[in-house]
Amino acid sequence: MKNVFLDFEKGIEEFEAKIEQLRFAQDNSALDISAEITRLQAKSQGLTKSVYAKLTPWQISQVARHPLRPSTLDYIKHLFTDFEELHGDRNFADDRAIVGGLAHFNGQTVMLIGHQKGHDTKEKIYRNFGMPKPEGYRKALRLMRLAEKFSIPLITFVDTPGAYPGIDAEERGQSEAIGKNLYVMAGLRIPIICIIIGEGGSGGALAIAVGDTSLMLQYSVYSVISPEGCASILWKSADKASDAAEILGITADRLKEMALIDAVIPEPVGGAHRDYPAVMQSVRQALQESLRKLQDIPLETLLQKRLDRLLGYGRFKINKPD
Amino acid sequence: MSWFESIIPPKIKRKENGEKKAVPEGLWSKCASCEAVLYCTDLAKNLNVCPKCSHHNRISARKRLEFLLDPQDRHELGMDVLPQDPLKFRDSKRYTDRLSDAHEVTSETDSLVVMRGSIKSIPVVAAVFEFGFMGGSMGSVVGERFVRAVKACVTHHLPFICFSASGGARMQEGLFSLMQMAKTTAVLEQLSREKLPFISILTDPTMGGVSASFAFIGDIVIAEPGALIGFAGPRVIEQTVRQTLPAGFQRAEFLLEHGAVDLIIDRREMRDRLANLCTLLMRIPVPVSPPVISAD
Repeated sequence: MKNVFLDFEKGIEEFEAKIEQLRFAQDNSALDISAEITRLQAKSQGLTKSVYAKLTPWQISQVARHPLRPSTLDYIKHLFTDFEELHGDRNFADDRAIVGGLAHFNGQTVMLIGHQKGHDTKEKIYRNFGMPKPEGYRKALRLMRLAEKFSIPLITFVDTPGAYPGIDAEERGQSEAIGKNLYVMAGLRIPIICIIIGEGGSGGALAIAVGDTSLMLQYSVYSVISPEGCASILWKSADKASDAAEILGITADRLKEMALIDAVIPEPVGGAHRDYPAVMQSVRQALQESLRKLQDIPLETLLQKRLDRLLGYGRFKINKPD
Repeated sequence: MSWFESIIPPKIKRKENGEKKAVPEGLWSKCASCEAVLYCTDLAKNLNVCPKCSHHNRISARKRLEFLLDPQDRHELGMDVLPQDPLKFRDSKRYTDRLSDAHEVTSETDSLVVMRGSIKSIPVVAAVFEFGFMGGSMGSVVGERFVRAVKACVTHHLPFICFSASGGARMQEGLFSLMQMAKTTAVLEQLSREKLPFISILTDPTMGGVSASFAFIGDIVIAEPGALIGFAGPRVIEQTVRQTLPAGFQRAEFLLEHGAVDLIIDRREMRDRLANLCTLLMRIPVPVSPPVISAD
């Protein structure tokens, strides 16, 4: 698929266009211009590296939302085998904004659940832009219970702008569906690994992101409210989104510093969408390590650690009485 | 001067220029729903419920606790937990300034007040959101006080009652606030393990991160009449779906109709009904009154 360049990638886009032109010219000419192409490629690579070395939080959230960024189904395809997708919440519908099912990871059975966005307009609409309705969260809950029943570790992929804000979603209890998942995940008797692969949009993300290990891809974001939403409430203008992104502390590095996530998974130069094999390799490695660590811990200890961690969240001061 | 003017007491006499003398502030208020002009003392006596149309106006956390709990043996919990500014958050105003402004208006230190006490002699722990404090938003202090409230229930074997009134998670604490959703919900498991009831009362408004975490995990979920309850705010939904929302959408009665809450209880009956529910759930035996047989 043809790459989509972001606003701050104009320079890179120009290089890439030139390289494309030269390649086209080379096909029709006897002259060897491959040296020139190589030179330009190196320049483009260098520029990408320097642009990505100093991305602002707002730019990072653009990368996190990039249409070609690997989605849950891409990770499932590249990292797992024998995937059987399981559908439906058994009550109302099958929500296509959340996918899930059983698969093998290095030969071991795992349960996979993730938000699913789309790469093109048609798929985005089909997936409701990765915004689940209550039936999506209830499907996830059903699969979690299934995994628990058979002592299968759970891996979740988080990538949503948020839970769907719609009339039907409210009618069917969006709040209850999210709250129930938080409650159940806190005590689910299997190891849970959560990976933020793109956008971690508020409660809609958290509803499948409570677990023992939280990993975050380098250019993904995780936030209590979208920068645009925050800006329109506090500054009364969505144009201040980049200020909001800065102050909300939504990037992997900041969140790691604040101990709100466990580890940052590095991405290839220019972001995950530029090099699928490279990012798959990093995620595979991180998953292997996390899974091995969690499986070494006795279940009761694991659950206690999970609870301690959940109850430990927050920054406040204690006023000592004199 | 006409005979009528001469008998008007000077207090309510018009000024020379014909201007009406201003009504002392805080003496009268207008019902937000039926627009009836009400004497504030009457409204307060009626727990901020309009005596004319029964509209439930918002009520402060302290006033609610005042009405809810027996007057003796009340202990506030978690007062020593105070807010911090982990992100050094600043928009048009600093977060720390917003906190001190909210303190000035409400006299509270954050948006959750927790008390141990009793309702009609049944010991309980009650947590009540103060909507006047930054829209009842949930940050680290709310989460920690909530957890301490639940732990007090576990230690002393008490039912837990929570009145929500919140716009959702507190933006100014970023992801720390989001994690309070997981924190408050996770601690409820300890209550379940001890078979202690959690009664969750949703009051106007219960939205966003509070609605989508512990609020619906109550063993019994109660709503106050007319309360706005939902995940996404009506304006956000309207912008997303681009259609006008149906009348009564996200109101308590709408939720009851859709099976989302157990009961709607009038604020004036809340204390009695909560006592009854606790008695039933805690399996507290009550004296059996012999059936009255009328002889006719």
